[in-house]
Amino acid sequence: MKEYKNQGSKDTRSGFGAGLTELGRTNPNVVALCADLIGSLKMQDFINENPERFFQIGIAEANMMGIAAGLTIGGKIPFTGTFANFSTGRVYDQIRQSIAYSNKNVKICASHAGLTLGEDGATHQILEDIGLMKMLPGMTVINTCDYNQTKAATIAIADYEGSVYLRFGRPVVANFTPSDQKFEVGKAVHLQKGTDVTIVATGHLVWEALEACKILNKKGISAEVINIHTIKPLDEKAILDSVAKTGCIVTAEEHNFLGGLGESVARTLALSTPTPQEFVATNDTFGESATPAQLMDKYGLNAAAIVRASEKVIQRK
Amino acid sequence: MMQDLQSIVSQTRRDILRMVHKVNSGHPGGSLGCTEFLVALYNEVMEIDIDFKMDGENEDLFFLSNGHISPVFYSVLARRGYFPVDELNTFRLLDSRLQGHPTTHEGLPGVRIASGSLGQGMSVALGAAQAKKLNNDSKLVYTLHGDGELQEGQNWEAIMYASAKKVDNLIATIDLNGQQIDGATNDVLPMGSIKAKFEAFDWIVLEVKEGNNLEAILNGLKEAKEKANNGKPVCILLETMMGNGVDFMMHTHAWHGKAPSDEQLANALSQNPETLGDY
Repeated sequence: MKEYKNQGSKDTRSGFGAGLTELGRTNPNVVALCADLIGSLKMQDFINENPERFFQIGIAEANMMGIAAGLTIGGKIPFTGTFANFSTGRVYDQIRQSIAYSNKNVKICASHAGLTLGEDGATHQILEDIGLMKMLPGMTVINTCDYNQTKAATIAIADYEGSVYLRFGRPVVANFTPSDQKFEVGKAVHLQKGTDVTIVATGHLVWEALEACKILNKKGISAEVINIHTIKPLDEKAILDSVAKTGCIVTAEEHNFLGGLGESVARTLALSTPTPQEFVATNDTFGESATPAQLMDKYGLNAAAIVRASEKVIQRK
Repeated sequence: MMQDLQSIVSQTRRDILRMVHKVNSGHPGGSLGCTEFLVALYNEVMEIDIDFKMDGENEDLFFLSNGHISPVFYSVLARRGYFPVDELNTFRLLDSRLQGHPTTHEGLPGVRIASGSLGQGMSVALGAAQAKKLNNDSKLVYTLHGDGELQEGQNWEAIMYASAKKVDNLIATIDLNGQQIDGATNDVLPMGSIKAKFEAFDWIVLEVKEGNNLEAILNGLKEAKEKANNGKPVCILLETMMGNGVDFMMHTHAWHGKAPSDEQLANALSQNPETLGDY
């Protein structure tokens, strides 16, 4: 089993901020927009270095999405920043018509996704955003797992033509992927080789999947762990190749089971190789106020939940 | 010059009527009301390159926010040379670039954003205008919006932003025809003084009382151009007659989204002579 070291816990949103800062230095066409959440999105360094390329929109997300669409017409590569809830559900029609249907090269960067936003509660904890975004024709959907990967993804999507939804979060989490990684949109990352069960995870659940793999290993179960950072387009080959070996799969995500990664995986399997699958996801519910760890435990989104799901799915083979 | 424009207006009205008649759908009322404005804008005012490039660098840009008046937009673009006039014959048909509402999706030259879901055009125009400033491009950005469309809240986010951020290379025109689908705007949702509202948001507001008179439109656009680039966005309140140029389509909201019958088409065409040749 490969060992993954936490290089020092950090928040994924800081990875976004660092990536944006680097883009400010390397790509003169990159511009950034924010709807009154500069601190939360870690955009201050970019702003300090590139004040003329930053647009403070105020609390007006619909206007922000339209302005971003317009900026692309002048050759700019706009990165919008606000919470995931206000980046998607609040502005769905603006994204749909002015960005996705209009084929605009906008990067919608969404922090504070999922339950790990914590104490602010369900009004701010969106668990439906992956579904909303992946249903839009042409939209690329990415959910990164740690600081290093979020920074790499932020930099990579500037050169990836088309509308992109980049989802990350608020809490400090393990930072374990290489700092010099090359981020390839749509390419799954194999983290552990195994033979008994495939675990595909996205976002904050990737580290939990690695933790689950260790626990399963002690129980004599060999788990294959794959980081699916890009939910759309999905790396179907990586999934099909893995289940050809293991014969069962667990999907893990900080999102409703409806519309999430798990559903995309299920479709892939149904069309090719119907395979027993368990879903580690929220069960068609809103969140609530509490600490991130308490919520991830209550709603079954941690290593312990992945272990339970793995044991269950192996029984179904 | 005015005679040339008038002949384009007459032909554009015929195009609009024939397009919506053929597919028995579309929006003739608002299209006819804005015909003089768009003909003047595209043929006399804007500095454009009909060899269409999406980035519109060093060109004036136009965004149609009230996308349902696509018939007049398509006719004006085609007659100006963006795409073959014969293509107007495909309006709303399967596999056409001339969708019910304008889109970039099928690659129709002249269109830079999809519109139809109302209230989004001004935000897009603001982004394009700010990109021009970043690119040191001194050309202007024009928009057109319905008056009923101002009931969409996103407009007011954009209107507030435009003056706050001094987006002064933007000239937004509001088609004040006083009508929307369900009736008169004053009955559906009275909006009070739109002039006072724009002024309260610190815009320069110009009024064109005769919004179907080419000379009045050209004077208004000339004044707007002079007032641009002075620290404030510019708004033109264009008072138009829905259905203008077809007597039975005027003074009513009934033709907002309804096509004429064969007899009605013949009657309407008889009021607007063929000038440049029907497609």
